[in-house]
Amino acid sequence: MKTLEFLIQRLAKAVMVVIGVVILNFLLIQLAPGDPAAVLAGEAGAGDEQFIAQLRAQFGLDQPLYVQLLSYLKNVIAGDLGFSYRNHVPVADLILERLPATLLLTGSAFVFSLVLGITLGVIAARRRGSIGDSVIMTGALVFYATPLFWVALMAVLVFSIHLDWLPPFDMETVGAGYTGWARVLDIAHHLILPAVTLGLFFTAVYTRLTRASMLEVMNLDFVKTARAKGVPRGRIIRRHVLRNAVLPVFTFASVQAGQLVGGAVLTETVFAWPGIGRLMFDALLQRDYPVLLGVFLVTATVVVAINLVTDLLYRIVDPRIEATG
Amino acid sequence: MMNSAAPLLEVASLSIPLPPGLDREYAVENVTYTLNSGEILCVVGESGSGKSMTANAIMGLLPSYLKPSGGRILFRGRDLLTMSETELAHERGRSVAMIFQEPLSALNPLMKVGDQIAEVLLVHGERDSARREARVLDLLAYVGLPDPSNLRYAYPFRLSGGQRQRVMIAMALALEPAMLIADEPTTALDVTTQAQILELIRSIQRAKGMGVLFITHDFGVVADIADKVVVMEQGVVVEQGRAGDVLNRPQHPYTRRLIAAVPHRDGQNERASTIGEPLLEVRNLSKVYRSGGGLFSKPRVVRAVDNVSFTLRRGETLGVVGESGSGKSTLGRCLLKLTDVEGGEIRFRGQDLVPLTPAAFRPMRRHLQMVFQDPFASLNPRQTIGRILTDGPVANGVPLVDAERKARDLLGLVGLEPSAYDRYPHEFSGGQRQRVGIARALALDPELLIADESVSALDVSVQAQVLELLQELQRKLDIAIIFITHDLRVAAQVCDRIAVMYRGAIVECGPPSQVFDAPRHDYTRRLIAAIPGLHWDPRAAVA
Repeated sequence: MKTLEFLIQRLAKAVMVVIGVVILNFLLIQLAPGDPAAVLAGEAGAGDEQFIAQLRAQFGLDQPLYVQLLSYLKNVIAGDLGFSYRNHVPVADLILERLPATLLLTGSAFVFSLVLGITLGVIAARRRGSIGDSVIMTGALVFYATPLFWVALMAVLVFSIHLDWLPPFDMETVGAGYTGWARVLDIAHHLILPAVTLGLFFTAVYTRLTRASMLEVMNLDFVKTARAKGVPRGRIIRRHVLRNAVLPVFTFASVQAGQLVGGAVLTETVFAWPGIGRLMFDALLQRDYPVLLGVFLVTATVVVAINLVTDLLYRIVDPRIEATG
Repeated sequence: MMNSAAPLLEVASLSIPLPPGLDREYAVENVTYTLNSGEILCVVGESGSGKSMTANAIMGLLPSYLKPSGGRILFRGRDLLTMSETELAHERGRSVAMIFQEPLSALNPLMKVGDQIAEVLLVHGERDSARREARVLDLLAYVGLPDPSNLRYAYPFRLSGGQRQRVMIAMALALEPAMLIADEPTTALDVTTQAQILELIRSIQRAKGMGVLFITHDFGVVADIADKVVVMEQGVVVEQGRAGDVLNRPQHPYTRRLIAAVPHRDGQNERASTIGEPLLEVRNLSKVYRSGGGLFSKPRVVRAVDNVSFTLRRGETLGVVGESGSGKSTLGRCLLKLTDVEGGEIRFRGQDLVPLTPAAFRPMRRHLQMVFQDPFASLNPRQTIGRILTDGPVANGVPLVDAERKARDLLGLVGLEPSAYDRYPHEFSGGQRQRVGIARALALDPELLIADESVSALDVSVQAQVLELLQELQRKLDIAIIFITHDLRVAAQVCDRIAVMYRGAIVECGPPSQVFDAPRHDYTRRLIAAIPGLHWDPRAAVA
């Protein structure tokens, strides 16, 4: 009952937030220099005023700003994200076509960093002060501090160019025409470099967070109680320490989950991954505003939705939450 | 019940060295005592006496930097100190169980209480989950918890302190151990809850014939349950023997000092003559807490302070006594306008404080000061004592030079060295910090001092000193004191009048002699009956 009430309240708020984001994005984009009509005309090879004015009228760009905003809002609420200026296809189709590639990449990175980060954090905490601990924590610090694009470029240089183990570009081998499991393997092979690159930063964050949190929980009274009960060490770590220590990790994981759609622009660009990030990057360069706005909308919706899911999950992960509201 | 001739537990010349650089060489030194089946052995001492250290050594729960350097701990004839971690884990929970002081933090907050009890059975080899469940429900019922089949699925935060401690006891009893170690199990509980838990431990001990090692700082508790007593000071056993002997004919000066410090009714404290005109008049004061509630649910309403009226005169000490949740601390916060009130009057020197805006009240704050409960949390660790003492006066417009001179005077007044002025709080013990807290309150020359559980966190001997200090200051400065406490014995010792609070209301108010000897309210009678060691007179023991 309480959860239902909470859900209704939060959903109402989420809708308001998304509408606010749409309006804000629309206005911000108007502030950006550059005129889509001029870019389109330039690419078409014709630059005379009349052609540009015709293009403007065709896309409704000659209307006053508030009329453009209102009609865009109306369309968005009706589920229509508009037409791409350049590609002459509905924006929604473009995004849906690119979305799976991005989700595959960011989802893999998410799982990779969570599993590896927590595992390394637990190992480091259990062997506190040992060489293993030092090695793990040094590695975590290095990847925490190194910029993503540099890691990406170095990974390509080492694993693709020098060692030739992993493909540096794209999602599939061009022209290979694999089907079935062969295709899955091919995509997985292409996935490794970008996913690991994208996940390393969060792996480092989770490692540090898990270790610190584990060490804190290990000093709490109930761990002593568990020892006094005769619970074996491994079970204490799993059932008592990790279960409690994972709460802050959970909070941070929700931040990463919020970036599932919008967080891979850099990685997708470096590795030529055909996802949303690159769609957005190209749209930006080409002043393809409907596409850009569409991507922003989807990104914002995902962040809001993930936040909502996180707050609901929190009530399951930590039963004390519901009591305090 | 057991009839083996050998003692259940024999601690023989146990020594545990401390890491170098601390104030003493050994945490415990050459400690020897024995515990038989069917016996309750109380280990008594103040904080830092090493009384818990031996218990942790028995369980193999010492932190890694502490290793026993000598002696033996024989449990049923086997030396626990030479056992491997695996062997120890096998014994823990099965033949020796332990319960701890803080029942909230001692339970895993994310695990249902039933699962925590079942875990003991599981890790000691009970594979059948139906049998585990049945046993869990049996145990919950056995320790007197209501509705076991529902409570089994509750998380610890849903339970009260007493209920949590019952869960801990159920967990300890799961495999019917031969020995129970209880480390200050009732210190964090209310008196009436404490009495119930003590009764529970005693009845279980009798029924199962267990040996109980009971660690406490409270001689009242010792008088209630102990068969044998071990008194520890600074890691050394200074005296041990049968409970009756140690309690009534203490030999060692330290034991005598501890017993003399036990708070007690002082027949000579009715000092009605020194009391002046009314300073504070409280009429029909009410405070309501609302929590929860939203679109579809009703908020939970708690009447924390319910229609409370009393008068306090200059030079008088009014004790406000009650259990946790009785509203006694909220009352203190209301009087200082630290929280809003729903209705009523607080007349201070004839002026009603309730309608005053924060700005209008600010100049009056210096007249009403508070001494807090936790001497560790209530002083800013990054400020010197001097800064702490001068901050208030300077904020009230006193020139810094004057405030400094006054602060140095105050340090002397509360019995601290002048050098304390430039030092930081962490350099002081709990009792010394509480003296700083009192000096801080006095720096503003208040007319009313509210002491909220100000001695509860202190050892008895330190507690006695701080109580004496408060009384002496009151005589010198003629201030009125509201003394909020859960401990009737303390209240009886220092207060001119005692107000008993129960569920937000003052159910009884009068001089200690009347409240103790002719309690009118049923709740007061229950509170008095729950005082540990009621039948024992500590003054006769050291007379």
